[in-house]
Amino acid sequence: MDSATSEAPARTPLADAAETGLKIVIVGGFGVGKTTLVRSVSEIRPLNTEEVMTQAGAGVDDTAGLRNKNTTTVAFDFGRISLNEQTVLYLFGAPGQERFWFLWDRLFSGTLGAVVLVDTRRMADSWYAIDRLEHHRTPFVVAVNRFDDDASRFSLDEIRQALDLPEDVPLVDCDARLRESGKNVLITLVDHLYQQALAREMTA
Amino acid sequence: MIRKPVDIGDPHRLYTVTGGRSRGEEAGLDLVTLIVSECRPTEGMQSEHVRILELCAHPTAVVEIAADLRLPITVVKILLGDLLAAGRITARNPRPSAAHGDAPESALLKEVLIGLRNL
Ligand SMILES: Nc1nc2c(ncn2[C@@H]2O[C@H](COP(=O)(O)OP(=O)(O)O)[C@@H](O)[C@H]2O)c(=O)[nH]1
Ligand SMILES: [Mg+2]
Repeated sequence: MDSATSEAPARTPLADAAETGLKIVIVGGFGVGKTTLVRSVSEIRPLNTEEVMTQAGAGVDDTAGLRNKNTTTVAFDFGRISLNEQTVLYLFGAPGQERFWFLWDRLFSGTLGAVVLVDTRRMADSWYAIDRLEHHRTPFVVAVNRFDDDASRFSLDEIRQALDLPEDVPLVDCDARLRESGKNVLITLVDHLYQQALAREMTA
Repeated sequence: MIRKPVDIGDPHRLYTVTGGRSRGEEAGLDLVTLIVSECRPTEGMQSEHVRILELCAHPTAVVEIAADLRLPITVVKILLGDLLAAGRITARNPRPSAAHGDAPESALLKEVLIGLRNL
């Protein structure tokens, strides 16, 4: 029959006590290193999936709508990290292009926060993502994926200026290929979220 | 290796898989909602339902099911809606962090931070 039924997933299942799934989204232009970062920290090989949307961008209202040609798909990949027996963190690599943002709420509402991955040779790619995250009120940090052939070597201060990034948004260097470096980016994000939550709870 | 994006070139296939139903039946499922089977597949069941019940013998996120079935998220949610309605699967924590009840958000984030530091 259908190939999907005969193909066993070659990955470790989650613990039977797993009950809570959490999300972090890594946003950035094509080739900036999103999949590489996901792969370096994930306990599974990154998987690929997609969502269908109508031309209007609202997602498919009726599967009958798939019969007309006004549908398009957005693909994204993801990995996962079991944090403990109960809690699993899913990392999503999302391209920052325009049509993707129509689906942001549908896919990533309730996300803990986001990492904007920046390639200094194509800094403008990040402006739109930062603008959209601010618009969606999704907390984020910025990580600069340094490529070996990047001759510019802008300092973090210069990059902060170029991105017009507020002082309170953490900005770090990383090498998406290295597990420790990827881990550090995630810790930077979650620590930032934690400090924000503590501050909110203090004033509540 | 990462496989190629799902081919939805044949809309009739999706129409058949979902029985032509709309997305009203998604039952508030999130990408990371964990699904668990409550029964084994039975004779004559739709192949996608069989596959889901096999996969979810252990908790499996909606997005992992979609990746394994090579179907768009929307379509998978409709399939899961069927199984939920029939009591053949359960969804754990349909809303992110709901399992933590009234615990402050900082407690959840602390838990995540500890998990990451222990990697
Ligand atoms: N030199 C170098 N290459 C990298 C780095 N990160 C990613 N790459 C490479 O850049 C290419 C694009 O990375 P990928 O993760 O697929 O980008 P994506 O499109 O954002 O998912 C791949 O060939 C990676 O091996 C890095 O930090 N340094
Ligand atoms: Mg990629």
